[in-house]
Amino acid sequence: MELLLQGLRKAIEMILSGDPVILEITWRTLKVSLTAIMISTLIGLPAGMMLGLIKFPGRKLILTLINIGMGLPPVVAGLWITLLLWRSGPLSDFELLYTPTAIIIAQTLVSLPIVTGLTATAFQQINEKLIMQIKALGATKIQLVLILLKESRLAILAGIIAGFGRVIAEVGAAMMVGGNISGETRILTTSIVMEVSKGNFDIALALSFILMTIAFLITFCLTYLQQRKRSQ
Amino acid sequence: MTSLITIENIEIKAGDKPILSVPRFELRQGEVLGVMGPNGAGKSTLLKTLALLAPPGRGSVFFQGQEVGDVLALEVRRKFAVALQQSLLLDTSVYHNIAIGLKLRNRSRKEIKEKVAYWLEVFKISHLSKKHAYHLSGGEAQRVNLARAMILEPEVLFLDEPFSALDFPTKVQLLKDMKQVVENTKTTTVFISHDLVEIKYFTQRLIILMDGEIKQSGPTAEVLSSPNEAAAGFIGEWSELLS
Ligand SMILES: Nc1ncnc2c1ncn2[C@@H]1O[C@H](COP(=O)(O)OP(=O)(O)O)[C@@H](O)[C@H]1O
Ligand SMILES: [Mg+2]
Repeated sequence: MELLLQGLRKAIEMILSGDPVILEITWRTLKVSLTAIMISTLIGLPAGMMLGLIKFPGRKLILTLINIGMGLPPVVAGLWITLLLWRSGPLSDFELLYTPTAIIIAQTLVSLPIVTGLTATAFQQINEKLIMQIKALGATKIQLVLILLKESRLAILAGIIAGFGRVIAEVGAAMMVGGNISGETRILTTSIVMEVSKGNFDIALALSFILMTIAFLITFCLTYLQQRKRSQ
Repeated sequence: MTSLITIENIEIKAGDKPILSVPRFELRQGEVLGVMGPNGAGKSTLLKTLALLAPPGRGSVFFQGQEVGDVLALEVRRKFAVALQQSLLLDTSVYHNIAIGLKLRNRSRKEIKEKVAYWLEVFKISHLSKKHAYHLSGGEAQRVNLARAMILEPEVLFLDEPFSALDFPTKVQLLKDMKQVVENTKTTTVFISHDLVEIKYFTQRLIILMDGEIKQSGPTAEVLSSPNEAAAGFIGEWSELLS
């Protein structure tokens, strides 16, 4: 209990004093995680929509692979990306290993299946008659898609929230492909692991409070977006 | 009477199973056409074909004498309105549900506001305007559904069993109101129903569809009183029930 209070006090102290290292790590965490979930959304939303709405050969197989991907252990994703970006790997020319970009790639890889899969599920559930009714109301193809997006916003945002939860909590892959380099690739989760291993429980706790606050605030915003105007 | 929609050589199949087979059919300007037939007879498929919501296969659909291909489809479809048995309202208020068709056509806010107010009034649901569509009773939802169709001032109104999920008093009231609306607006209407009473009350001409084929067509009273051999089984059972 005392340790917790101490950690909380330390966290407040660090934030109030504007500890530049903490600010920098927090800022990087936000930047990396939000970029990753944004990329996942930009790819996963249209992909999931097409998978949910259009029937084509091989669709079931792709949906199965995506579902498997939802359970992809981040450490495994990290390992694959490390191998790809490694000095002798096929993508070594880009020199991305141990950069924030590598972490973004890893986090995108682990959140993309979630966003895509849950979006696809949402669109598979849409009543075919509703689609016909919207067409009958005079919708163009684009208008139809926009209405369906709006109709499915609860489920879509649930996918984004779940994806973001995975991204912000993820540590194994970020450690592996980012390397937890001070001032370059250190993010909240990786520094918590490091501080704990050094026995600095108060700092670790302080960082964990910041991490939780960020996760909570962003999830709160997404949930607000999801649930607004649902009353009455 | 001139033909508004004509379909020709319609042969629709699901695998090998024929669903709809209509060599030629004309929907006439201004008429209220009833479509009756047993479950699975192809009534909804016929409606979808006429309303340009399903591809006509190798056959053709003509609107006012002009063949409707892919290019014209949206433009012509926007002259139609459809209401189905399920009201299928969108996840928003009654107001916005009724406004949706005009919004899709980029009409001005002022026009939308006036027309929504008018049609809310006609369907006696002005008090529900701000209510969320998911919180309506079955009868209210169907009124919204019909207002959402009529606000488009369609040249053809397609109704696919819009009253069959309603309880009796609700159905009777809405049927009366709807008949009034269709008469006042002189809207050409295709009305699918299982219910002989609805058909008798609402329609002028009737076609009997069985196994994907139009078995009989003629003035409603005539078809009901003297069904031909093919339609007799279906109509006969109804008459038996009512006699
Ligand atoms: N998308 C579809 N795929 C395969 N069969 C269908 C499809 N839609 C309808 N059918 C079949 O076509 C027949 C006619 O359906 P429908 O037009 O809905 O009949 P009705 O409206 O008269 O009850 C039915 O036997 C139905 O099972
Ligand atoms: Mg039907």
